Amino acid sequence: MTSRSASGPRASSLSLLERLELVFVKTGVLPPLLLLAVIVFSQMSDNFLDVENFENVLRQNTFLIIVSLGQMLVLLTGGFDLSVGTGTALVSVVTATVMADSFNAGAGSVGFAIALGMVVGVLAGAGVGLFNGIGVSVFRVSPFIMTRGTSSIALGLALYMTSGVPVRGMPPKFADIFGFGEWAGLATPIWVTAAVVVIMTVVLNWTRLGRYFYAIGGNANAATLSGVTVRTNLTSAYVIAGALMGLSSVLLTARLETGEANIGVSLPLQSIAACVIGGVSLRGGIGRVSSAVLGALFIGLVQNGMNLARIQSYLQMIVLGGLLIIAVIADLIRQRSLSRLAAAGILG
Amino acid sequence: MIASGTSQRFPSNSAADGGLLLKLTEVTKRYPGVSALSNVSFDLRSGEVHVLFGENGAGKSTLISILSGAQRPTSGTMAFRGAEVEFSSVADAREFGISAVFQEFSLVPTMTVADNLLLGSEPLRGRLLNRKGLRSAAEALLADLEFPIKANQVVGRLSRAQQQMVEIAKAFRSDLQVLILDEPTASLTETESGRLFELVEEARTRGIGVVYITHRLAEVKRLADRVTVLRDGNYVGTLAREEATEDRLINLMTGRVIDQVFPDIAHNPGEIALRATGLTTRTRSAADVSFEVRAGEIVGFAGLVGSGKGESARACFGAEPLLDGSVHLHGNEVTGSSPRRMLKSGMFYVPPDRKSDGLLLMRGVRENIALPSIRLAQFSNLTLMRRAAERRITDEVARRVELQPHSLERPVEQFSGGNQQKVLLARALVRDVDVFVFDEPTVGVDVGTRVAVYQLMADLCESGAAILLVSSDLPEIVHLAHRAYVFHRGQVVEELVAPDITEENVLRNFLDREVA
Repeated sequence: MTSRSASGPRASSLSLLERLELVFVKTGVLPPLLLLAVIVFSQMSDNFLDVENFENVLRQNTFLIIVSLGQMLVLLTGGFDLSVGTGTALVSVVTATVMADSFNAGAGSVGFAIALGMVVGVLAGAGVGLFNGIGVSVFRVSPFIMTRGTSSIALGLALYMTSGVPVRGMPPKFADIFGFGEWAGLATPIWVTAAVVVIMTVVLNWTRLGRYFYAIGGNANAATLSGVTVRTNLTSAYVIAGALMGLSSVLLTARLETGEANIGVSLPLQSIAACVIGGVSLRGGIGRVSSAVLGALFIGLVQNGMNLARIQSYLQMIVLGGLLIIAVIADLIRQRSLSRLAAAGILG
Repeated sequence: MIASGTSQRFPSNSAADGGLLLKLTEVTKRYPGVSALSNVSFDLRSGEVHVLFGENGAGKSTLISILSGAQRPTSGTMAFRGAEVEFSSVADAREFGISAVFQEFSLVPTMTVADNLLLGSEPLRGRLLNRKGLRSAAEALLADLEFPIKANQVVGRLSRAQQQMVEIAKAFRSDLQVLILDEPTASLTETESGRLFELVEEARTRGIGVVYITHRLAEVKRLADRVTVLRDGNYVGTLAREEATEDRLINLMTGRVIDQVFPDIAHNPGEIALRATGLTTRTRSAADVSFEVRAGEIVGFAGLVGSGKGESARACFGAEPLLDGSVHLHGNEVTGSSPRRMLKSGMFYVPPDRKSDGLLLMRGVRENIALPSIRLAQFSNLTLMRRAAERRITDEVARRVELQPHSLERPVEQFSGGNQQKVLLARALVRDVDVFVFDEPTVGVDVGTRVAVYQLMADLCESGAAILLVSSDLPEIVHLAHRAYVFHRGQVVEELVAPDITEENVLRNFLDREVA
């Protein structure tokens, strides 16, 4: 991207500052932030740059990557999903309960109990998404209120089902395969995440549905007049986001070996921050799969670096919140820069 | 500050003799991808009405937004009574007694007329609002201007004409030196316009300088002391009242003679393609509207803004809910179908506002052009998009409308207004369409694009398509339409056939019958 712009005919007449601005406008806020994080944390900890540590970051953040991909779909349509946190808790509890009951009843094989629990978990996630989607697209509740309300309902349900006690009794094989298993040297969740990334890339770039998400967030009126049924397509964005959240929660449940009602608290903020830092527009219509993935990895890297540097978790919360705000401010500056450069004829 | 009597309403200027009020020198304003004004100079004397004349997109609006402090020029200087000034906001300009009434009103619809009139300069008692004083000040202002509006009415419930009165009254609330009016009659009836003209003339006699934007020749004749013509952001010339003949103005405005702008279009009417009977929209913006459009003809919908002409067209396309009436496409009833069904049946609607209803501004040209057609087999099979075909087809269409620059992946917002309009129209050329609705197709485009748009419509019509042209631009209707329906207050008041479609014949229908 940057080499093309720098080799343009006007490039030679630009000052260093203008060139830097051009690079910033073209690439966004992630590269400078990433560079800064790597420099800072490699100074603070010797292990930060190890390959082993990076694989660690990757595995620990599969959950965030999957949720962020769903979050991105909703952001593309111009909304956002605040229910991914407690939704994760609800799905975890539902998955564990169904799997444990089916396993203990001895109705079928162990494999059946695991499959049933996982399918019901993902469907529960999709159900949460459907609830959000109908509220937003049919009743036109603002995404903020709708998903925040859903968030409270989901947490209430999860606590009501379990009285706050972790759900045990799932077949150990579930955790062995999906929590700690490896295949060809990589952890199972990494493979699952890779599959999700591939599928989402295809959906967004090669299907009409993907095109409709961009269209709805880009201009819902124009989409309607172009023959796009906004209601169903908008709903499906929330449903897919819910299903992805469900999948992530199932994997997390396998890792934790219990169904927990107190997980996922930081996911709404983290997934939105991941998308925004990666370059997904909060106004809708702009974003790619790579944006969400790289944004999520960046957040994982920062958390990992702070852990290695023994920074307290309370301080980590401050850093994450600050990063989100900085990313949004940087994006606004970038927009202004973009129109200024375009007006000056520097951008091609 | 509040005008309380006639003496204060038009403050006597020391320079009521025609002294220089405002002077702009070589002002330039650039936006991304487009230069809205380049090196334009303009001056205004006190006690004159200076008309700014030009097509949509000529730079009139940009010029007055600079005069009124809403925008800052990229370069150039501005002087008020000889002293150089720089306005960083509308409030700044107002300090100098410069007030503008834009087409888009700056009113808070949920507040009352009185609250709106004094917004930002509310009378206080101590540190609290003086609510009684506010009310009586507003009432005095309205009474003084003889506007029949109550101060305690909520602005959102007023008609457009009444809202405009509130907006004008707002300009008069302080010591007014320069009044800027942006197409003030665009949505007014004849009677209301007459009242406005009187007001403008009165302002002139009191030494206020009036900048008046219009593209109606009749208003130039009635009001102008001088006329400055802009074209494509450039200064073309300034004419004195006597020099401003119709031919001269049109020539200056378009840079060509009328025949070069509007093509001759053969009229070979065929079968009835679109027929609407007794259409009444749910909002009652159109009531009992009937019309028909045949293959191979251009039918014009003329009328003021808010006359129901656009709504009637939208209702046929399923984009405006209907209360009553029926729509037939090629003899099949399609009443109440969704836009998606209508597209499938061969109708295409090009909306008037490309920003709010037409384009995905942050997305590329390719995606925008393909969007209405991506369900077609050329673009996608059951599961996946055919991206190579998509690129090829959109590339062809973009060439056909002569998109500049020819860059398919560039976000639409980085193109000039004219080229955005080309993208909007290109969307209609991908599918098989036999009924086109063009709703204000030349808003905010330069004359080059206009000529291209008209030629496109001519080509489509001559190859047998039925075309419905909705336009507030009278010359467009007069020179392009084979038949025209004139709308007024939500109803069709007259149907005209080709040689009889003249500006006079259309305009006399805008007379307000209830009053006249």
